[in-house]
Formats: sequence, C-alpha cells, structure tokens
Amino acid sequence: MELSKIESLLEKYLNAETSLQEEVILKNYFLSGNVAPKLQEYKAMFSYFNYSKAETLEAPIQLNTKKRNWKWLSMAASVMLLVSVYMGNNYLAEKQAREQYAQITSALQLLSSNLNKGNKAMANLYVYEDTVNKIFKPSK
Amino acid sequence: MTQSDFLKSVLPFKDKVFRLAKRLLVSTEEAEDATQELYFKLWRNKEKLAEYKNVEAFAMTMTKNYCFDRLKSKQASNLKLVHSNYKEKDTALEKKLEYQDSVNQVHRLIESLPEQQKLVIQLRDIEDYDFEEIGKMLNLKPTAVRVTLSRARKSIREKLIKQHNYGVI
Repeated sequence: MELSKIESLLEKYLNAETSLQEEVILKNYFLSGNVAPKLQEYKAMFSYFNYSKAETLEAPIQLNTKKRNWKWLSMAASVMLLVSVYMGNNYLAEKQAREQYAQITSALQLLSSNLNKGNKAMANLYVYEDTVNKIFKPSK
Repeated sequence: MTQSDFLKSVLPFKDKVFRLAKRLLVSTEEAEDATQELYFKLWRNKEKLAEYKNVEAFAMTMTKNYCFDRLKSKQASNLKLVHSNYKEKDTALEKKLEYQDSVNQVHRLIESLPEQQKLVIQLRDIEDYDFEEIGKMLNLKPTAVRVTLSRARKSIREKLIKQHNYGVI
C-alpha cells in the first residue's frame, strides 16, 4: 500500500469519514509490522484496538440458577406439606380412635354396672324363693 | 422461545457486551457481573425479544444504560472506581505486543475520554459497527456519532503525539 494513499485515508479516518472497508485497509497496514516511522502513533492505536477486540468473557453465563432454586424450594415445601398432612391425618385418626374407645369403654362399663344391679336383684329373688320353699314345703 | 433458541440468538454477542461493560466499568469483575445481569434481564424478557428487529443493538443499549446506572450508584455511595489502582488481570496478551507501552497508553487515553466518546470508540474502532447501528444503540443521529467519533480519534492521536514528543504523560 502506498504511503500517500494511507495518509489520505488517515485524514478521512480522523474526520470519521472512512467506511468500514477503508478502516480494514488501515488496520491491515498498521498491523503488518511495516509502518512508516512518522505514523507510529497510529500503530499504537490500531494495535490497541486489535488487542481489545480479542478479549473475551471468561465467566460462564448462568440463566437458571435463580429459577432452579425456586423450583427446588417449592418442591421441598410441597413434599413437606404432603408429609405433614399425612402425619397430621394419622394423628387425628388415632386421636379419634382413642376417643371412640374411651366412649365405648365407658358405655360398656355403664351397661355392665346396670347388669350387675339386675344380677343383685335376681340374687335377692333366689333368697326369696329359698325362704318361700322352706316355709311352704312343697307337697309331692 | 426455548432456552436453546434464546441462547442461539443472544450468545454470539456476549463478548461485545462484556467488552462494552468493561470499557465503562473498568474492572473485569464488574464487567462480568454486568454481563451476567444483562443476560438475566434478556432471559426474563425473552418473550419480548422477538419484537425487536435488532436484538444485538437492543442488548448493547441495555448494557450501556445498566453500566451508567452502576456508575451513578457508585458515585452516590462514594465507591468511585480508582482508575490508577486498576490492573489488568490477563497480561499474557499484552506481553506479546511490541509496543506494549504505547498500547497501554492508548488504553489510558480512552479511559480519560468523556463517556460518549468512549462508547463511540468502543463500538466503532473495536467492534466495527456502522454509524447507523451505533446511532440506534446510543440514541443519536448518525451525524452526531460521526462528530463524536472524529473528536475522540483526534484527541487520542494528539495526546499520543504529545507523549511521544515529550515523553511525559
């Protein structure tokens, strides 16, 4: 590339009138290693631009971390809820069973005490019958 | 839009987003955080992305706005970045360069430019966007982009010549 052409391109470059294609010509010239001494400042500029362009993002990009955490959290919460409902149900059923058992026991006790009263009365009846038999000896 | 469709449409310009963020926020870590944040935002708004003709330009605008917000909140909380303390993490690339010193100078000179000029240099001379696209990203007319770019290029060159002649920064 002729020096005069490079210089006229540089003139346009400083006025921001070069096209992207013309800037590629300039970049290639200044990165070639064969630069006119009076244009050293441009060499530094274009070297820097070229070097900057090579820099890349090293850290990985994550999209789901926040969402996944929420998902796991809600899953854990629903499992806990299910477990506690199940356990609570069991407890409730057991409590109800105990109550029913207590009620039945007391009812049966009431029944049996009443039955005992009846038995005692029957016992009295037997005594009565014996006495009657003693007094009125049954005739054959 | 599935995740793989989404990634196909937005991952190709992740390095551009990162470099733009780094140009404005200076530190690599900050720029990585900003890039991550930007992709979160894009992912959250993935349904709307189809409406944009140019997702890349839209993403660059979002990056610029996000970085400006970051810079503002930093100034507000007095956590201003100290540019002189800033060190490049990866120096392997730099060492390969012949003119390491003057190349580093270019970095510092761009850092000292006004934000708008920084952005235009980044988008044109490093990322090779055309004026139309840069105008869309920065909400400027292409002629305004041209003027800003011309100022930035001239200013970098003049300062480099000054340093070259006097050997002082």
